[in-house]
Amino acid sequence: MDIIVTGLLLGGTYALIAMGLQLQYGVARIMNLANGEILVAGAFAAFWFYTGVQLSPFLSIIVVAPLAFAVNWAIYRYLMLPLVNRSKSHGEFEVDCILATFGLSFILVGLMLALFGGEYFSYSYLERPYEILGQPYGLNRVAAFLVSAVLAAVIYFWLSRTRMGLALRAVAVDPSSAGLVGINVPRASALAFSLGGAVTAAGGASISAFLTTDASIGIIFTLKALVIVIMGGVAEIRGTIVAALILGLTETAVASLIDPGLTLAAAYSLFILILLTRPEGLFGRRAS
Amino acid sequence: MSSTTRRAVLTGVFGAAIVSFAGAVSAQSVVKIGAVAPKSGPLAAGAAITHWPNVKLWVSQVNARGGLKLKSGRAKIELIEYDDRTNPGETIKAVQRLATQDKVDFILAPYGSGLNLASAPIFAKYGYPQITSTSITDKADVLAKRYPGIFFTLGTTTSFASAVADILKKMRDAGQIGSRIAMVNVADAFGIELANAARPIFKKAGFQIVYDKSYPLGTQDLSPVVKGAKASNPDAFVAWSYPPDTFGLTAQAKINGLNVKAFYTAVATAFPAFKGKFGKSIEGILGAGGVNPDTPEMQAYFKAHKKVTGKPADFWASPMVYATYQILEKAIEGVGSLDRKAVTAYIKSHSFDTVMGPIDFVNQSNEKFWTVGQWQNGVFYGVSSTGRPGAKSVKIKPSW
Repeated sequence: MDIIVTGLLLGGTYALIAMGLQLQYGVARIMNLANGEILVAGAFAAFWFYTGVQLSPFLSIIVVAPLAFAVNWAIYRYLMLPLVNRSKSHGEFEVDCILATFGLSFILVGLMLALFGGEYFSYSYLERPYEILGQPYGLNRVAAFLVSAVLAAVIYFWLSRTRMGLALRAVAVDPSSAGLVGINVPRASALAFSLGGAVTAAGGASISAFLTTDASIGIIFTLKALVIVIMGGVAEIRGTIVAALILGLTETAVASLIDPGLTLAAAYSLFILILLTRPEGLFGRRAS
Repeated sequence: MSSTTRRAVLTGVFGAAIVSFAGAVSAQSVVKIGAVAPKSGPLAAGAAITHWPNVKLWVSQVNARGGLKLKSGRAKIELIEYDDRTNPGETIKAVQRLATQDKVDFILAPYGSGLNLASAPIFAKYGYPQITSTSITDKADVLAKRYPGIFFTLGTTTSFASAVADILKKMRDAGQIGSRIAMVNVADAFGIELANAARPIFKKAGFQIVYDKSYPLGTQDLSPVVKGAKASNPDAFVAWSYPPDTFGLTAQAKINGLNVKAFYTAVATAFPAFKGKFGKSIEGILGAGGVNPDTPEMQAYFKAHKKVTGKPADFWASPMVYATYQILEKAIEGVGSLDRKAVTAYIKSHSFDTVMGPIDFVNQSNEKFWTVGQWQNGVFYGVSSTGRPGAKSVKIKPSW
């Protein structure tokens, strides 16, 4: 039971790390390698708010998320849109994106180093035991899990129940046909990309309550997010959430029952296993 | 030619003359010093706390004094910095560039064990002394034979492991703890080497290692590790950990109520950020390193560090980094010139008064260093050393 709760809490953390990338990659079709840096920037902002004005990292999301939305909108408008307009095929666009966002990640690391310095950023918030079924868990992790659940639910219902969400899903399935039925594809993509950035930064703010970050650590989060998004099936937010929970449960089970040293091996074995049996991911559609 | 352009040309010529004149003067009164360490990559955060502030502090202090005292007069330091992105290949390239392109007079040792070892051959090839300050290894003897310009100051792997064993033994003999140890380590060169060194030492000292696990670098949730350790019902908890996991393990131990009378985490326990994060909970936590913070030299150093760099120094390697620069400074001034061979020989044959106390080298190694420290009343005091005076006695860690 303890393993399941710990695993779900870790899965919630992973969902926070990966949901933003899913929106960016699944809908806007941009493989954003600078995603981890946005996450770290969110974490830094939360650190700054907490140490400066004692603002709870979860409340700081109210400021951090719109800010990240604006920044990502600017990134899409001035960095990605020229690439969209320039590229002749989707393959070409994807390569351009990877190169451009890879470069962007270095710029963001450099900016954060210049603004915040290179040290470790860590503070204590809600670092108290919280009992679930008689076992203590970090209250900050439980709170981050709740944030993760709320975000996931909001995004899911927005995508599946609203007109805008429907448009976004149409773009995710087939951008050129979506254009034919009167959807403003560049605007929908910009929205998905910016929203993804906002979700990522919100995730960063939430996990900063219990994870130590520094300016150079973004790439680790990008990689984890990438694994989860691909495992879950690129075009489906549900897939990302389920994959994040499965990964969290697997890692915790292996760490508790076998050996903590094998968590990485277990995570990547699971990744390979899923790719071998379902190359399109857990919730991905099989190409017909 | 209009008058404005003529003036511009004249200014240009005149300006160039000034620059070349300044260049001629600076050739005599400037010492070029190269520095290479991570400003990005996985070790950047550690270097930003322990390494770079000391480079800045030392250079600004020397230049404020008017420069290094040479036989030919005072020479100010001109610093050339490179980021090696925590990549050994880049460290080697940067050292080579400093030696051949920038033609610097001396190069400050890189940051961390791995990057120092990787660049040792290239330091030796160009004949630069390499006074390391953040490098811990058991191979110091072998390396000293191979590279005549390398020096070690921070200590050896085995001595760090045995010091922990000694402290636990003392606590057990005093009836404060039993003999059950839970030991974890980060699955990275440093953690693996220390865990391997510690296993036989703990067993020989009559301890029982009841939990012995490693975890990958960058593990995001360490609660299974701490829960496993707690379930083994230990008397002492020892973690050969790196900065992010030192924070993570301590946080989880607090949440899970892992109350042991001896709680040890390795690197980063001595960092100001550790105190910043955990506040009063740090009381009694043991960690790698330590200093004697009460000496007037150390007090002056902490004050200057804060004033010049705007940040507090850590309680272990920071002053050691600074001490190696003091050694270099005194050796250059002792020789009175920039002759690298003579400076290296001078370091080998002299004793140096540093912020850490007097340091002299036996087979290119400093044999008197701090091994274990403990947070007591908000200060990280050295509680065990291989011959440094001023060690405090170990206290029992209170419950979280």
